[in-house]
Amino acid sequence: MDAAIEIAGLVVDRGGRRVLHGLDLTAATGAVIGVLGPSGSGKTTMLRSVVGVQRVRAGTVTVLGHPAGSRPLRSRIGYMTQAPSIYGDLTVIENVRYFASLYRLGTSAVAEAIDAVGLADHAQRVTRTLSGGQHSRASLACAIVARPDLLVLDEPTVGQDPLLRDELWAYFHDLAAGGTTILVSSHVMDEANRCDELVLIREGVLLHTGTPAGLKAEAGCADLDEAFLTLVRRNEAA
Amino acid sequence: MHARLLASTVARILGQLRHDRPTVALVLVMPIVLLTLVKYMFEGNDPVFQRATLVMLGIFPFVLMFVVTSIAMLRERSSGTLERLLTTPVGKLDILFGYGLAFAVAATVQGAVATGLAYWLLGLETAGPVGLVVLIAVANAVLGVALGLLCSSFARTEFQAVQFMPAVAFPQLLLCGLFVPREEMAGWLQAISTVLPLSYSVEALLEVGANTDPTGLMWRDLGIVVACVAGALVLGGLTLRRRSA
Repeated sequence: MDAAIEIAGLVVDRGGRRVLHGLDLTAATGAVIGVLGPSGSGKTTMLRSVVGVQRVRAGTVTVLGHPAGSRPLRSRIGYMTQAPSIYGDLTVIENVRYFASLYRLGTSAVAEAIDAVGLADHAQRVTRTLSGGQHSRASLACAIVARPDLLVLDEPTVGQDPLLRDELWAYFHDLAAGGTTILVSSHVMDEANRCDELVLIREGVLLHTGTPAGLKAEAGCADLDEAFLTLVRRNEAA
Repeated sequence: MHARLLASTVARILGQLRHDRPTVALVLVMPIVLLTLVKYMFEGNDPVFQRATLVMLGIFPFVLMFVVTSIAMLRERSSGTLERLLTTPVGKLDILFGYGLAFAVAATVQGAVATGLAYWLLGLETAGPVGLVVLIAVANAVLGVALGLLCSSFARTEFQAVQFMPAVAFPQLLLCGLFVPREEMAGWLQAISTVLPLSYSVEALLEVGANTDPTGLMWRDLGIVVACVAGALVLGGLTLRRRSA
């Protein structure tokens, strides 16, 4: 299968500090790829590089066969930023409708996206008045409404209750089964178990890539949190 | 630019305005209150009242839209919606011209209300037609929008954006001919006012005030204002970077 994302030697500086130190990564099409690491490890910067809004010092990022951020990609990518980036003074449905219109999609796509994030009952509410979790789901709806080939989600499940989080992950897998590649960041290790592939980064350096089972096997423990710590220590000792 | 993307962006911005009732009320009521003040300030001195009111009909939309736009655009930046939009098929010019058009619609409503009141309640009289006064007021509003969009790209916070008001709008207000006719200013002040776009819209308004039919000078001035708008929007597009640090 062709790679959905290919990153080679990616170096990024932000605010005079090196955030990514020559990252290499290949991600398969139709997989749920989790980017995990502590906060400040460079997850957001990596996602920004993939969607093409990050100024890059060196290296290449190729997405669906095109350079990241190039015009042909813009109708094929859905992006959800970490802070919910929607218009607080518009209703949920107005927000989703606007983003849908940018991709030439109409009413049915809008209803589907709002339904998928469980906001059908709140569609007419001004998003500023929503709870934190609802707000971020409205933002998610604006990303999935594009029916993109690649969905880039920066911590989409923060602030969601366990039941909703479970439903969202199930939905991500449905999308992946339909051929969508999903690049999702999280700093919660228990979500890592639900990814097909894991990318562990720490301080801008790739620690590990592989399946959750592979990670546990390599670290020699049954718990992902512990496996991550083991890898960090092994890396520091080396 | 793309007509469909532009149209949905205009609809989105107008939708945001529609939800913001207090702002809409302020935009419509403030000019009326201020013009009424001017009326009573110059009671008994009709020529001064006539001139000040006519000029202010052009200045309100400029100042107001400058402030509204710089803050609206800064909110696009700080909320992350701009970053998100730049990953979608929408173009930079679709966004900038979207703001220009949406606020032009708002300015038309404001201009019509304020101008109507000035004529029928406060006793403003012009030799030329009311429609031209509204047209010039709308052009001024769009000038405010375009300069606001351009300036907002140099501001990082809302505090900084507000500072552009004294830096960009005030010199134009002082030198445009509202307080002292431009012909009566010192030469170097006149020279500065010659490169400030607001001077031309004020001149155009005064032309409508003094002449029954639209004059060549008025059309030239209006053309200069429109050219400044286009220039500022294109410059705004150039300073709007898809990739940021």
